[in-house]
Amino acid sequence: MKNKGFLNIALLSVLFAMFSLLLLDMDLSLAQEGGEVIASEDTTFQLPAPPTNVKAFDTPDDNGHSITVSWTLSADDGAGRNNVISYEIVRSDSPDGEFEVRGLAPAGENTFEDKGAKEKQDANYLPPHKDFYYKVRARGDGFFSVSEVSPPAHAFGQWYHTGKTPVVVAVLLFSTFCLVFITVARKGKKLYVRPLAGIEAVDDAIGRATEMGKPILYILGLGSADMIATIASFTILSRVAKKVAEYQTPILIPCCDPIVMAVAQETVRAAYLEAGRPDQYKEENIYYLTSMQFAYVAGVNGIMLREKPATNFYLGKFYAESLLLAETGSLAGSIQISGTDEIAQIPFFVAATDYTLIGEELYAASAYLGREPILLGTLKGQDWGKAVVMIALILGALAATFNFQFFLNLFSIQL
Amino acid sequence: MSGEVIGVWIGAILTLGIFSFLYKDNPFYKFSEALFVGVSAGYWFVVTFWQYFLPKLIDNLVLAYTVLTVEGKIDYHWVYLLGGGLGVLMLLRLLPNVGWLSRWSLAFIVGTTAGLQFTRYLESNGIIQVKGTILPLIVGGNLNTTIGNIIIVVGTFCGLIYFFFSKEHKGAFGGAARVGVWFLMITFGALFGYTVMSRMSLLIGRLDYLFSNWLGLIG
Repeated sequence: MKNKGFLNIALLSVLFAMFSLLLLDMDLSLAQEGGEVIASEDTTFQLPAPPTNVKAFDTPDDNGHSITVSWTLSADDGAGRNNVISYEIVRSDSPDGEFEVRGLAPAGENTFEDKGAKEKQDANYLPPHKDFYYKVRARGDGFFSVSEVSPPAHAFGQWYHTGKTPVVVAVLLFSTFCLVFITVARKGKKLYVRPLAGIEAVDDAIGRATEMGKPILYILGLGSADMIATIASFTILSRVAKKVAEYQTPILIPCCDPIVMAVAQETVRAAYLEAGRPDQYKEENIYYLTSMQFAYVAGVNGIMLREKPATNFYLGKFYAESLLLAETGSLAGSIQISGTDEIAQIPFFVAATDYTLIGEELYAASAYLGREPILLGTLKGQDWGKAVVMIALILGALAATFNFQFFLNLFSIQL
Repeated sequence: MSGEVIGVWIGAILTLGIFSFLYKDNPFYKFSEALFVGVSAGYWFVVTFWQYFLPKLIDNLVLAYTVLTVEGKIDYHWVYLLGGGLGVLMLLRLLPNVGWLSRWSLAFIVGTTAGLQFTRYLESNGIIQVKGTILPLIVGGNLNTTIGNIIIVVGTFCGLIYFFFSKEHKGAFGGAARVGVWFLMITFGALFGYTVMSRMSLLIGRLDYLFSNWLGLIG
């Protein structure tokens, strides 16, 4: 009996325990179920408000492969629930089609430039004159709220970049100055050009080489033929070559660019022709060495030591090789005339050569040597351009001091 | 001896060959120089072929031809024929009778780039510089900035006067030009020191190659 009572108690205990566990399990599942509902409701509740007023339009002042999208910020961006992380901009070629992501904009931004490639074979190609539709998604924590579809927009190129108007004004002003003074010079009025020591020494340097019976070395620098300094150097070379032809002094021109070499050959050939000595022109003296900077230096240094030129000209675009060349020329005992618009190299030329044309003096030298109306008129026009700059500088400084923003905006250029 | 070791030895010997120029011109320098110039010229030819000629000309013309045959359209890539044609004209320099045709290519290069650079220079070297120099002459509560701004404005103004070529530098104008020269020379002095330091790093690089890669004396 005792045992039977014990078994009953044990059975009841087990049943009670199972019932308790069942109840506990039911409580747990109820709690989880309730949690899910709340979480779900909470998540729905936390979706940011969608952006509104989405507009797409051609990006102004471009080549026609970009569309700008603008929108009104979500009500929950910086306000409300303040839960917008970013905006996702999507695009399709039809309002009901599949939209692809084009980019992201951070919260607080309300514009995006959908910039495509101009090459057809590029995966990112954005064809001009084709309509596109945009949507903007406000992104919360893993959820989006999507805007309405924008009206269609297409990209197209502009012929005039409104952000470059100051450049147009400057070009017109500068060109007018040059044309006016070229006309004045052509009418026979003498235009004054102040002496430049480096240029005045050119004739003496060529004369020295002639007397010594040694060649002249002319270095056009490391620039390509499309650089202004190299182009200026060609015009000086023309004058130097004409003198050289008259004096019958050999001129050596090792080049580091094949195009520069070809232009130099044509320039010198024309100068010899002008001097009435085409038979004296030797094309083999104007040759290509190499395009590699320090290999070129090694080659030119060798020429300096072996040919012992009486005069070295370094006129054009120079980089780290400037001092290496000028020092070797100095050791070889040559008279040296240098000029470059590369500001970092001018100090080395000033230190190691006899005469240096600083920056714009290089451009002015050709006018000084030639004395032709076009060059002199251009030089005078440049001076007037500088005068305008100086006036702008003074007025600008005063405007900045007294905070006249209008004047400062005149010089704003959209890059 | 591995290829890398041989390369280091060749590099080190040629470096010493170029350095021997510091003593005087000698056969060792001449050999190194000729090798350097020759190899670099050959290298640039290969670089030009693979980086310019092939991708810029041949690939674009192949693309234009493909578009023509597949889509039946004349693609804008045919414009590269113009560049190719100008290149052929340059090669005609090798033929004395028609060599003058290369002047067309040269005229195109020099003329086009001069025109393009005109607006670019006016923008970057003109207007943007002017805008950058327009500074307030008095900055309240900041004496350093005030002095700095005045120096920039005065220095730029006087520097521009120095570069006036059509007026004699006499009197007050000449005085301002002399101030401009002072500004220029101080700037050049600072640039000189700065650039010398960067050249020292080139020398250190070469010495590091000799003492580290070649002789193994350093680290």
